[in-house]
Amino acid sequence: MGKQKLSSKGVQNSGCTKATLWWFYLVAACIKVLLFPSYRSTDFEVHRNWLAVTHSLPLSQWYFDETSPWTLDYPPFFAHFEHFLSMFAHLIDPKIVHLQEGLNYSANTVVYFQRGTVILSDLCLLYGVYRLTRNLDSRKQKLIWLSAIWSPMLFIVDHVHFQYNGFLIGILLISLSYLEEGRDLLGGFFFAVLLCLKHLFAVAAPVYFVYLLRHYCRGGIGRGFTRLLIMGGMVAAVFAAAFGPFFHLGQIQQVIRRLFPFGRGLCHAYWAPNFWVFYIMSDKGLAFILRRLGFNVQTPTATFTAGLVGDSSPFSVLPQVTPLVTFMMVLLALSPCLLKAWKDPKPQMISRWVAYAYACGFLFGWHVHEKASLHFVIPLAIVAVQTLEDAKHYFLLSIVSCYSLFPLLFEAQEYPIKVLLLLLHSILMWSGFSAQFPDGAETARAPTGHHTEKKVDQRKSNGGFVIGWIERMYLIGLVIVEIWGQFLHPLLLGDKLAFAPLMLISIYCALGIMYSWIWQLTFIVTSP
Amino acid sequence: MVKGKETSYTVSVVDGDGNQCCWWWWWLEHKGTTTTFLIVGLFVVLVRAAVSLHSYSGFANPPKFGDYEAQRHWMEITINLPIQEWYRNNTSNDLSYWGLDYPPLTAYQSFIHGLFLGFVHPESVSLVTSRGHESYLGKLLMRWTVLSFDLLIFFPAVLYFVIVRYGQPSRSRKSDIGWHIAMLLLNPCLILIDHGHFQVCSVLTLTVICVVFQYNCISLGFTIGAVAGVLSGKDLVACVLYCLALNHKQVLISDLSMVTLLHMSAYFVPAFFSHLLGKCLRHKHPLFEVSKLGFYVLGTFAAVWWPYLYSKDSILEVLSRLAPFERGIFEDYVANFWCASSIIIKWKRLFTSESLRLLSLIATVITCLPSIDQ
Repeated sequence: MGKQKLSSKGVQNSGCTKATLWWFYLVAACIKVLLFPSYRSTDFEVHRNWLAVTHSLPLSQWYFDETSPWTLDYPPFFAHFEHFLSMFAHLIDPKIVHLQEGLNYSANTVVYFQRGTVILSDLCLLYGVYRLTRNLDSRKQKLIWLSAIWSPMLFIVDHVHFQYNGFLIGILLISLSYLEEGRDLLGGFFFAVLLCLKHLFAVAAPVYFVYLLRHYCRGGIGRGFTRLLIMGGMVAAVFAAAFGPFFHLGQIQQVIRRLFPFGRGLCHAYWAPNFWVFYIMSDKGLAFILRRLGFNVQTPTATFTAGLVGDSSPFSVLPQVTPLVTFMMVLLALSPCLLKAWKDPKPQMISRWVAYAYACGFLFGWHVHEKASLHFVIPLAIVAVQTLEDAKHYFLLSIVSCYSLFPLLFEAQEYPIKVLLLLLHSILMWSGFSAQFPDGAETARAPTGHHTEKKVDQRKSNGGFVIGWIERMYLIGLVIVEIWGQFLHPLLLGDKLAFAPLMLISIYCALGIMYSWIWQLTFIVTSP
Repeated sequence: MVKGKETSYTVSVVDGDGNQCCWWWWWLEHKGTTTTFLIVGLFVVLVRAAVSLHSYSGFANPPKFGDYEAQRHWMEITINLPIQEWYRNNTSNDLSYWGLDYPPLTAYQSFIHGLFLGFVHPESVSLVTSRGHESYLGKLLMRWTVLSFDLLIFFPAVLYFVIVRYGQPSRSRKSDIGWHIAMLLLNPCLILIDHGHFQVCSVLTLTVICVVFQYNCISLGFTIGAVAGVLSGKDLVACVLYCLALNHKQVLISDLSMVTLLHMSAYFVPAFFSHLLGKCLRHKHPLFEVSKLGFYVLGTFAAVWWPYLYSKDSILEVLSRLAPFERGIFEDYVANFWCASSIIIKWKRLFTSESLRLLSLIATVITCLPSIDQ
C-alpha cells in the first residue's frame, strides 16, 4: 500500500476527518465526565491499590504485597503503567497512593483522578480506530467510530464499573492496523506489549503465531528463517523487558502464581453467556429427568463458582470439566481459523480471525468474565461495515453482548443510563447501517464459482438493512427477559428463586453469542 | 455518492449547498424528523439521567437545606393536608420553612409526585417527621419525578413547536431541525437547574457539581407549547397553555446568576396577550373574539384556582405567597439591571421598598411597550 500524494482537498479532508474524530471522542468524554459519581465496583479499589503498591513499594515487593486483598494479578507492563499514573496521583493527593491509609479511599480526588485516567487512556482506542479507518470512505469511517468509540459496552465497563479496557483494546487495534498495512514486525511488537499488559489477550496468540509465521516469515528457507529469528527475537525482547527483572530476582514463580490463580471455578458468580451455561443447564436437566425416572443421582457438593476441590465434581451426570479440557476445546474451535490462516494469510482477514479467536476463548474458556466479550465485539466493529451480512450480524451481536453486561450495574440510579446507552446506540447503528445499505445496494462480497447467478439474484432481492424475523423475535425476547427480570419477577415471586433472572439473562444471551460464533466460523470457513 | 434513490453529502469539506461538512446528519435525515427527534431526545434524556447522578442543592446542609428539600416539603404538605391549608400558616405547615410560593398548579404537581413518593417511600413525605429527609431511594424517586414530567410536558411541547415551525421541510432544512431540537432540549440552564446546578466549592480545587432541584421544565414546556400554538394559528390552545404556564410559575427571582432569564412567565404576559389581543381585534367580530379569549383565560384560571375561590381571604392568602415583594428588588447575584447598576447607584439605600416596587413596574412596562405595540 503506497502512500498517495495528497491534494489540497485531500489535506482538507484529512483535517476534517481528524476534527470529526476528536468531536466523537469529546462528546463521549462529556458523558463519561458526567458519569463520575456513578456506581464503582471493587475494581476501582483494585486499581487504586495497585497505584499504591507500585508507588510505595520497590519492584521486588510488587507481586508479594498483601496489605490489601486486591493483589497485583496483571503482568508487569500494567504494573509499570499504574506506577506511571501513581506519580500524578501522588501530586494530586498523596493519600491515594498510601498503602495503608489509602485503603478504600473514596474521596472526590481519587474518584476524579482515576476516572480521568480512564478517559485519557481511551485516547489509545481513538488512535487505534483512527489507524484502522483512515483509508476508508467517510461514511464507513463514521459508522465504525460510532460503533467503537461510542460503544455502550465501553461506557458501562470502563467508565462506570471501572476498568481500562479501552486502553488495552486500543493497543490491540493498533497492532491489527499494522498487520493490515503489512507491517508485521510492528504488529507483532504491539501484540507482545499487549500480552505483557494483560495476559488474557493471549487467546489470540495462536492466530498471531500462525499468521506471522506464514505471512512474515515467507520467501524461502533462508529469508524465512532469518525473519523468524527477527520476530522471535523481538517478542523475546519485549517479554524480557517485562519479566526479566522478576527472573533476575527469582520471583518468576510468584508472578506466574499471581497471573494464573488456581482455585477459581468454571464459571464466575454471574455466569458469562458462553457454552458452559448450556453444559451446566443440560447437566441439571438430565439429573432432574434421571431422578424422575428413578435413578439415583447424587446432588453434587461442589459448586461451579468455587475452585476444583479434590476429586469432587460440580456436575451430577455429565463428565467433569477441567481447565485442560477448556483449553483443548478452545484450540479445537480455533483450528479452522488457524488452517485458513496457514493456507492463505491475508491481511484483510486478520481482524476477523483475531475477533474469532477471542470469541472462541469467550465461549469455551475457563472462568470467563462477561466483560471479555468486549475483546471480540470491538474488533468486529471494524469489519462491520464491509458487507450487509456483516452489518446485520454486528447489529445483533453488539446489542446482545451489551445487554449481557447489564447485571454489572445493578443499582437503580444507573438503570436509566444503561438502558438509554443501549437504546441510543442501537438506534444510531440501525439508522447508520440503513443509510449505508439502502434498498437495492449490492453487497461487496464477491461471488464464487457456479453460485454466482444464484447469489446475485438473492442479493438483488434483498431489502437493504432489514433484520430477519428470527432476529427480530430474539430482540423482542430480550426486552421480555428484561421486563421479567426487573419488574415481574420481584413483583410476582419476591425473593424466591433470586438467581433466576440472572440465569435467564445468561442463557438468553448465550444463545445470541453462540449464534454469532457459528456465523463467524461459517464466514471464515466459506471465505475465499 | 451512494447509488440508488438517496443522495448524500460528498466527502468534501464544503458540500453542494456551501455548508460545512454536516456529514453526520445524513443518516438521520435518511429516516426523517421522527428518527432525528428520537435520537436527539434519547441523547438528551441520557444527559439528564447522568446529571441526576450528581448531588443536589442543599445536600447535607441543615437546617434549611435547599431547593430539593423545598420540593420534597411541598409534596409532604400537599398529600398530608387538605387543599385549603396548603397556603395557610399553621403548626403542620410552617410557611417560614419552605412555604409554598408558587401558584396552585405547582401545588397540584407536588401532590401528584407526593402520591408517587408516598406509595413507594412513605418516610420521605410523612408530615413533619420527614423534614430534611435525605436517602438514596428518596433522591432517586425525586429525580425520576423531574425526568418524567420533563418527558411528559417539555419534550412533546418542543416536538410540537418544531413541527409547527418547520412545516414540511426541504432537505437542507432537515439538518436545521436536528440542530434546533438539540438546542432546545440540550439547554444547559434547564438541565442544570432542573436536574443539577453548579456551585464552586472552595474546599477543593476541583469544581464540585451540586445540583439544584426544580420543575421548570413544566412551565417552560407549557410556554413553548403556547408559542407553537400561536405559530400554528391555534390561538385558543396557545392561550390555555400559556395560562397553565403562568399558573405553574409566576416568576422566579433567582439567587443564581445563570438562571435569571430562565422563566419569567409573567414577564411574557404583555407580549403574549397583546399579540393575541391584536389578532382578535383584526377579526370581523372583534368583541366576540376578545370575549372568547377572555372566556378561555378566565376558565383556565378558574379551573386551576377552583379550591381557593370560595372566599376573598383565601385568594389573597395565595396571592400574598406568590408575590414576595418583601424580598427586595433583587436577591444575591441576579444578572439584571438593578443588580448591576446597584454597584453605582445604591437603590436600596436611596428608595423605600414600596417606591422601588413602583419604579421596577414602570420600568418593565415601558420597556415592554415596543413589543406590545408590534
